[in-house]
Amino acid sequence: MSTIENLPLWAAILISALLVIGSSLALIGSIGLLRFKTFYERVHAPTLGTTMGLFTILAASMLYFSLAQTRPVVHEILIGIFVTTTTPITFMFLVQATLYRDRFEGGDPLAGLSEEQPQVKTPNDP
Amino acid sequence: MRRWLPFPVISAMLLGTWLLLNESLSTGQLLLGGILAVAGSWILVRLEAPSLLFRRLRVILRLGLEVIVDMARSNYRVARLIIRDKPDRTPGFVRIQLKVRSHYSLALLACIVTATPGTSWVAYEPANNVLIIHVLDLVDDDDWGEIIRVRYEGLLKEIFE
Amino acid sequence: MSGQILATALTISKIFLTLAMAAAASRILRGPRAQDRVIGMDTLYVNAMLLLLVFGIGSGTTLYFEVALAIGLLGFVATVAMAKFLMRGEVIE
Repeated sequence: MSTIENLPLWAAILISALLVIGSSLALIGSIGLLRFKTFYERVHAPTLGTTMGLFTILAASMLYFSLAQTRPVVHEILIGIFVTTTTPITFMFLVQATLYRDRFEGGDPLAGLSEEQPQVKTPNDP
Repeated sequence: MRRWLPFPVISAMLLGTWLLLNESLSTGQLLLGGILAVAGSWILVRLEAPSLLFRRLRVILRLGLEVIVDMARSNYRVARLIIRDKPDRTPGFVRIQLKVRSHYSLALLACIVTATPGTSWVAYEPANNVLIIHVLDLVDDDDWGEIIRVRYEGLLKEIFE
Repeated sequence: MSGQILATALTISKIFLTLAMAAAASRILRGPRAQDRVIGMDTLYVNAMLLLLVFGIGSGTTLYFEVALAIGLLGFVATVAMAKFLMRGEVIE
């Protein structure tokens, strides 16, 4: 823990702010996962943590290690790239599975959609 | 050239990933990463991936900047919705007629739609090129189909098609 | 001074991320349907990955980064496998 003491004040404040913003976004996202009523709404909540929450914490980590080791440390970008490219795949698969199961149980949530009516409300979970 | 390096962009990305993972620029790592990158692009030939070429680095940067701004704004919006939910919020599905067709623009569009909280990708019908997304709050005084078309589709078309 | 600020922020974000993991875990327990549990697990591992990155900053070693990377990649494969199972597992093909 010796390197922490040598950080300049502006860096410490910036890193702390990024950390707190990122973790509170992740927390709000997880609370949203608990609070929303239907599955299709719940899909939106965790993306708070996988977008801004992740990026701010990665930025804090990059800044901290670059200053502590006095060389540019940027390999955190890799996590950012992997997560932003894999989250759409995960959610697409999950939503596909849910649509399939909804249709199998007899209720198609996309039933009313057509060219004339481009918007339909999300039905409530049974 | 075509035979030895069928996917130059993807090979460069693979090499970059390898160097980042090892955190070094030494000759040995460059060589090893280069071999892996070329071998990786040969695997893509076997998988019959459509060739990736993009033009106009400027447009890519503009798209990236726009996505980052949108991401920050929609993060704020969704966080506010979670903390204090509006009683008249109506979530719903939106059907959008797309113009872009190439695999890579659709993949990038999927990343963008997912990366902005408040919209999520539901289904894509290749037969009539229709995209269905789910929106957390429909009464947001804007037409979502128009937003996707105006903000991203034009840029994606410029980059990939 | 700067050390104190950073230590406080690290503690706060560790608490927040632990609470986030608890929220995700309670979604896994409450369900109600299988896909809700899967998305709870997805959130759980993302939060665990963020917590590991914060631990990495606290300890000053880059070792945690590699663990976070592994969790991110393995969690993705796990969630996709479960989503695939939800689509195919219930119906006799």
